[in-house]
Amino acid sequence: MKDIDMIVGPRVPQELLKRERKRFLMPTIFLGTAGLLLLISIFLPYWKLTLYAPQYPNGLVMKVYVNRIEGDVKEIDTLNHYIGMRSLTEAASLERTLSIFMVVAIGLLVIAAIYLHSPAAAVFALPAFFYPFIFLGDLYFWMWNFGTNLDPRAPLSNAIEPFVPPLLGEGKVGQFKTIASWEIGLWVVFLASILILVGLYYHRKAYKPLLEEQLKKEILEK
Amino acid sequence: MFKKHVSRWILPLLGLGILALFYTCGKGGKQAGVQVGGEDVNKVIEERGLTPNDVLAAVKTYLPTGKYDEYLLFSSGGHSGQVLVIGVPSMRLLKVIGVFTPEPWQGWGYSTDTWKVFEEGGINGTTLTWGDTHHPALSETNGDYDGEYLFINDKANARVAVIDLRDFETKQIIKNPLTLSDHGGAMVTPNTEWVIEGGQYGMPWTGEYAPLSQYKEKYKGMITFWKFDRKKGRLIKNESFAMELPPYWQDLSDPGKLVSDGWVFLNSFNTEMATGGVEEGNPPFEAGVSQRDMDYMHVINLKKAAQLFKQGKTKKIRGFNVLTLDTAIKEGILYFIPEPKSPHGVDVSPDGRYIVVSGKLDPHVTIYNFDKIQQAIAEKKFSGKDEFGVPVLDFDAVVETQIEVGLGPLHTQFDPNGFAYTSLFLESAVARWTMGGEWASKHGKEPWSLVDKVSVHYNIGHLVTAEGDNVNPDGKYLVALNKWAIDRYTNVGPLLPQNFQLVDIESGDRPMQLLYDMPIGIGEPHYAQMIKADKIKSWEVYPEIGWNPHTQSKDPDGVQAGQEKVVRRGRTVEIWMSAIRSHYTPERVEVRKGDRVIWHITNIERAKDATHGFALPEYNFNLSIEPGETQTIEFVAKRPGVYPFYCTEFCSALHLEMMGYFLVKP
Repeated sequence: MKDIDMIVGPRVPQELLKRERKRFLMPTIFLGTAGLLLLISIFLPYWKLTLYAPQYPNGLVMKVYVNRIEGDVKEIDTLNHYIGMRSLTEAASLERTLSIFMVVAIGLLVIAAIYLHSPAAAVFALPAFFYPFIFLGDLYFWMWNFGTNLDPRAPLSNAIEPFVPPLLGEGKVGQFKTIASWEIGLWVVFLASILILVGLYYHRKAYKPLLEEQLKKEILEK
Repeated sequence: MFKKHVSRWILPLLGLGILALFYTCGKGGKQAGVQVGGEDVNKVIEERGLTPNDVLAAVKTYLPTGKYDEYLLFSSGGHSGQVLVIGVPSMRLLKVIGVFTPEPWQGWGYSTDTWKVFEEGGINGTTLTWGDTHHPALSETNGDYDGEYLFINDKANARVAVIDLRDFETKQIIKNPLTLSDHGGAMVTPNTEWVIEGGQYGMPWTGEYAPLSQYKEKYKGMITFWKFDRKKGRLIKNESFAMELPPYWQDLSDPGKLVSDGWVFLNSFNTEMATGGVEEGNPPFEAGVSQRDMDYMHVINLKKAAQLFKQGKTKKIRGFNVLTLDTAIKEGILYFIPEPKSPHGVDVSPDGRYIVVSGKLDPHVTIYNFDKIQQAIAEKKFSGKDEFGVPVLDFDAVVETQIEVGLGPLHTQFDPNGFAYTSLFLESAVARWTMGGEWASKHGKEPWSLVDKVSVHYNIGHLVTAEGDNVNPDGKYLVALNKWAIDRYTNVGPLLPQNFQLVDIESGDRPMQLLYDMPIGIGEPHYAQMIKADKIKSWEVYPEIGWNPHTQSKDPDGVQAGQEKVVRRGRTVEIWMSAIRSHYTPERVEVRKGDRVIWHITNIERAKDATHGFALPEYNFNLSIEPGETQTIEFVAKRPGVYPFYCTEFCSALHLEMMGYFLVKP
C-alpha cells in the first residue's frame, strides 16, 4: 500500500455498501453537516457586545461576524476616542481579511474527511474542531490588546483604567454597563465541533475494520 | 384613546381619586384616599384646589415621560414669521421652525444656502428678515394630509414658503411679483398640484403708482395659483399663474374637494372699495369697508383657469402669468355670490358639498350648497353683475341654510360625526352645530342646528380640529386660537402671550370640555392644522454624511473623516472641516487680512441628537449642523485678530473644549 493509499484509505465494495448502508452513511451525514454549518456561520453573527447608558435607551450594539463588525460601530468609536481606544475598524485586520477563505477551507477539509477512509480524516477535521476556541481566543486577544493599549493623551485617559470586557456576561466601563453574549454563529460552529466528534466516532466504526482487513491482506500476500 | 397615553395605573387611580373627592365633598368630612409613593392623591387634589373637572382634564392631557402625542399641531407663528409645532393633547411646544425670520438655533439664515432662501424671497433687492405667517397648509393626497410638506404665507409681503417635513426645514420662499399683501393662502388643492395664495389689500401691480382717487381703475385684487413640484419640493414660478380680480380685499380661500374638486372659493370684503382718509373727514376704513350688508364670495373654476393658462390665454405682467379679469369673465370662470359682510372663514365641508361662510358682523353661519351653485351657473340664475361685469349668482338660489350660532362667527372646521365647529370672536366661544344632508344620520340630531357652546378665553380667531379641514376629519380635539389672554396667566408685562386652548370634542353626546391652556409667547398665530403624528415620517439623522438640506442631496463639499483640508487659491481660502464629539478638524485656521473665506463644515456623526453648532464671533455666524449635515459660510476676513470659534450645542462632556482658533494675520 502506497503512502497516498494509506491516507485515502480503502474504497468500500459495492455490495458491502448496499448491505450496510447506514454504517457508511453516518460519518458522511455528521461530517458533511459540520462542514456545511461552518460555511453557513460565515453569514451569522458570532459575538455581540451591548453597551447600556442612560442616554442610549436602546443600548449600543456591536455584532462581530467572521469578517466584519456591524451595529453602532461608528458611535462606539466616537465614544472610545475619549478614552484613547483605537478605532474598532483597526482590530484583527489580518484575521478579517483571511477569515472567509480560512473558514471555507476548514469547512471543505471536514467535507474532504468524508472521502478519506483512514485516520487522516481526523487530522483533516481537527482545525474545524478547534476553530470556535481559536475564534474566542483571538477575540480575547484583541479585546485585551485594545483595552490595555489606551492612548495616554486621550481626553479621559486619567478617568479610565485599562480594561478587558468579559467574553461572556456583564462588565462595566465608565457609565456603560456591557453585556457580552455568544450569538448564533458561534453556537453553530460549536455544534459543528460536536458533530465532528460524533462523525469521527462513526467514521472509525465504519472504516477501521475495512482498513485493518486490507492491511492484513497485504501482509498475507507478502 | 387618551388611555394610551396614561400609564395603566394612573387612570383608575385618579378615577378613584375623583370618586373619593365626590364622596368627601358629599360627606363634608375628610377621608384617607389613594396613596401613591407615600402621598395622598386626594390631599394633593384638595390642596391644589382642583375640581373633578380639572382632574379629568389633567388625566386627558398629561403625557408621562417618553410617551408621544397623538397629533401634531402646525400653527402659524404670526408676525414672528415662523411656524410652531405643538403636540396634542399635551400642548407641548416641540419646535419653532425658522421660516421668514432668521433663527440662530437652527442656523436658519446664517449659512450661505439658508441666506440664499431669504435673498430669493426678497423684494427689489431688499432682503426681508421677518414675515407675518398666517395660514399653514399641509400637503394633501386625495384630499387627505400626507405629511410630506407644509406651505405658509407671509401676509406682510405676499410670499409663500415651502417646508419639507422630512427635516422640518424651510426650502423655499417665493415672492409674489404682483402684489405686496396676501391672505387667502396658503391653501392646497386635494393633490397639492396648486398652492393657493389669495391677495388682500387692493393695490396697483407692485411698483406702480396710482393715486387713491383712481382706486377702481388702477387698483387690483388677485389670487395666485402656485404650481408645486413635489419631487423637487419647490414652487415653480413659470408654471404658476395669477388671476386678476376686482380690487375688493380678497380674504380667506378654500379649494373644493371630492364633488367640488377643481373649484376654489374665496372671500372678500370692502366691496364698497372704500379708500379711507379719516384725516380728510372720510369714514375710516373700518366703517367704509362695512357699509354694505353683503360682500362677495368669489367662485373660481380653477380647472378651467388652468386649461386657459395652458392654452396661452394669460398675459405677462411683471414677468408673471396673469389671467386678466376680462378673460376670466369672458371665459365664465369667475362668479360672485353675496355673503354676509366682513366674512373671514370660507370652509368647504369634508364631503365637498357645502361651503360654510362666517361673516364676523352677522350672527349666522351661511351654508351654500355646491350642487345649487352649479345649477345656478348652468341656468344663469344671476341677480345681476358687479361693477366690473362679474356675474353675481342669486343668493336664494345657492344658499342651503343659515344658522344663528352667536356673535362674531369667524371660522369653521369639522369632525367625522357631522358636527361643525365655529369660532365666535365677539362672544369668545366655540359653537358646535349639526350638519344636514347625508351627515344627519351620523349625529341623529336635528340637522342644521346649534347644539352646544363652550367659552374660551378670549377673542378667539381661528380654531382647528384634528384633521378638521380635509376629507377625513378626526375631530376629537379642538384648539381655540385666542387672540387675547387678559387674565389667564401671570402677568409678564404689557405684551401678553396669545392663548391656545385645548377642547375635548370627542363625543357629540356630551358637552365640549375645556382641557388645557397653552401660552404662545412668540407671535400671534392665525391658522393651524392638526395632523395625526404617525403620518409624518421625518428623518432622525440626515441620510448620508455630507448631506445638503437645501438640495436634499449629497453636498459635493461634504467630507468624511480624514478628508478634511484647507486650500488657498490666490486670495481665497477654502476650508473643508469636520465636526464630531468633541472636536473640529482642523482646529486651527489661519488666513490673511482681506482673504475671502469659504468654510464648509460637515457633521460626521451618525448618532441621533448629536448636533454640533458653529459660532464665529464678530462675523455674526451661528450654524446648526445636524448629524450628517454639511453647511457653508462665506465671508471676507476684514480685520486682523484671533477669533475663537466654538460649538454652540452642548454635545458632550467635553463640549466646552470643542473649539478652535480662526487667526487673521495682518
